[in-house]
Amino acid sequence: MLAFIIYKFILVLIVFLISLGIAAYSTYGERKIAAFLQDRMGPSKAGPYGLLQPIADGVKMFMKEEIIPDVSNKWLFILGPCIAMFTACMTGVVIPWGRPLIIGGETYALQITDINIGILYVFGVVSMGVYGIMIGGWASNNKYSLLGAIRASAQMISYEVAMGMSIIALVMTTGTISLSEIAAQQDHGMWNVIKQPLGFLIFITCAFAECNRAPFDLPECETELVGGYHTEYSSMKLGFYLFAEYINMFISSAVISTLYFGGYNMPFINELGLANNVLSILGVVFLFAKIIFFIFFFMWIRWTLPRFRYDQLMDLGWKKLIPLSIFNILLTGAIMIAKDLL
Amino acid sequence: MQLTNRSKIVSNKKMTLVEKIYLPAVLSGMSITVKHLFKKPATIDYPKKTREMAVIFRGQHVLKRDENGAERCTACGLCAVACPAEAITMTAAERKPGEEKLYREEKYAAVYEINMLRCIFCGLCEEACPKEAIFLTDKTVPSTFERDEFLYGKSILTEPLNSTVDVSKRQTKDTLEFKKDPHFAHNILFDPTKPSKKSTKH
Repeated sequence: MLAFIIYKFILVLIVFLISLGIAAYSTYGERKIAAFLQDRMGPSKAGPYGLLQPIADGVKMFMKEEIIPDVSNKWLFILGPCIAMFTACMTGVVIPWGRPLIIGGETYALQITDINIGILYVFGVVSMGVYGIMIGGWASNNKYSLLGAIRASAQMISYEVAMGMSIIALVMTTGTISLSEIAAQQDHGMWNVIKQPLGFLIFITCAFAECNRAPFDLPECETELVGGYHTEYSSMKLGFYLFAEYINMFISSAVISTLYFGGYNMPFINELGLANNVLSILGVVFLFAKIIFFIFFFMWIRWTLPRFRYDQLMDLGWKKLIPLSIFNILLTGAIMIAKDLL
Repeated sequence: MQLTNRSKIVSNKKMTLVEKIYLPAVLSGMSITVKHLFKKPATIDYPKKTREMAVIFRGQHVLKRDENGAERCTACGLCAVACPAEAITMTAAERKPGEEKLYREEKYAAVYEINMLRCIFCGLCEEACPKEAIFLTDKTVPSTFERDEFLYGKSILTEPLNSTVDVSKRQTKDTLEFKKDPHFAHNILFDPTKPSKKSTKH
C-alpha cells in the first residue's frame, strides 16, 4: 500500500513538474516562434539563445508589486487565478503518458488514475476552468474585465457543445470513453484521425476556443479590452492566469494526441521487437513529440490568423460547428450500420 | 481620384462556399507563415553587430587637420553660404606669430558652430569648401535631451590630434579627378597614388 502511494505520489509530482516546465518553456517558445514567423530573433539575451528567459520572467512576476483594487471583491479576486491554475493542473491526471512499465514483475501504469470515464472527467474539469476567468473578471469590478469574462464564458460554453458532439462521434467508433483504452486501441489499428477527420477538425477548432487562443482570443484581446479578464491583475496572480493558459494548451495538445493521434503509439514500432520497458519509454517520447508539435501548431495558428469578430465567433460556433458535428455523428452512424450490413 | 492604382473597391458580396469553409484560406496563410520560419531574421543584433553604412553615408561633420596637425579651415564662410539650412556660423580671427603649428593659414575660425538640429546632412558644405577642411563622416549624431547640446562647436567638430578621421572613402572618382588639377594642388589631401607629403607652402 505504501509503495503504491509513493509510486502515485512520484508520478503526480513528475506530471505536475512537467506541466509547469512545459508551460514555462511554452512562453519562451511562443516568443521565439512568433519572432521567427515574423523574421525577427526573439529573446536572445538571457542565457544562450535566451534559454533562461522563462526563469527571468518568473522572477519578474514574483517581484512585481501586487495590487488588489479597493473596489474589488478581495476573496473572489484571489480565488479567480487559483481556480484557473487548479483546473489547468487537474486535467493531467487522466492522460496515459505511456504503456505500463514492468519492473520486477510489478506493473506500473504511466497514468495517474485510469478512470473509465476519462473523457468526461476532462470535459468536467475544463468547463470548471471557465469559473476562474468569470470570477476573476467579475471580482475586478472593471468594465473591461467584465466584458472579457462575459466573452470568455459565452465563448467557452458555446464551443463546449460542438466539442462534446465531435467527441460523441469518436466514442461511437471507439466504443469506450476511457482514455487509456482509446490510446491502447490505436496501438495496432489506425489512428482515430483517419476514422474521424471531420471530428478532429471540429475538436481542434473548439480546443482553440476553449484555450482562449488566437484566432479566438476575444476574452483577452488587447486592442478592444485592454487586457480582458486579467486587466486588473498584477504580479504572480497575472502570472497564474498566463501560466494556466499555457498549461491548458499543453493538456489539450496531450488530449488531442491521445484521442486522435495514437497517444503514445507509433506505427510499425511493434515490429521492431523491442523490450516492453524500452517500448514504453519510447512511447512517452513519442507522445511528447506529438504534444510539442501540437503546441507548435497552436502557436503557428496564433501568428497566422487574425482575430475573429465576436458575431463571427458565435456564428461559427452555433451555426456551423454544431450542425457540422451533428452531421458527423449521423455520418459515423451511417457508416457503422453500412459496415454491419456488408 | 486615385493617386495609385493599388486601392481596392470594397464590395459587400456574399462569401463563396470555399471562402465560407475558411480552411483553404487558413492553410494558405499557414504555408506563408511557415516559409518565414526558415528565413533569415532581418534583425541586426545591435550591440554585438552594427549596421554597415554606405561608404558615402553623410553623418556628423569633422573639421580636418593637415598632415602637421594644423587646422585647415580659414573661416572663408563658403560653407555657411552654401548651407541651405543655414546651420553653420563662424567667427574668423587672425593667426598670431607662434601659432603656425595650430593653424595652417593666416586666418582661422575662432568659433565654428554647426546646429545639428538645422543641418540636413546634404554635404554641400563639404563640396563648397576650397580648403578640404570640412567633411561629413559615417558617425551618426547622437541624440540628447537639450536643444543647446546640438550646437556643435569646434571642440566636438575638430579632428582629434592623435587620431585621424578617415574620410577618403567619401571621395568619389569625379572629385579625385578634379583635385588632380595643379591649380588646386595646395588642397590635395588624399592622393590615391602616393601618400601626400606636401608641406604648407604659399
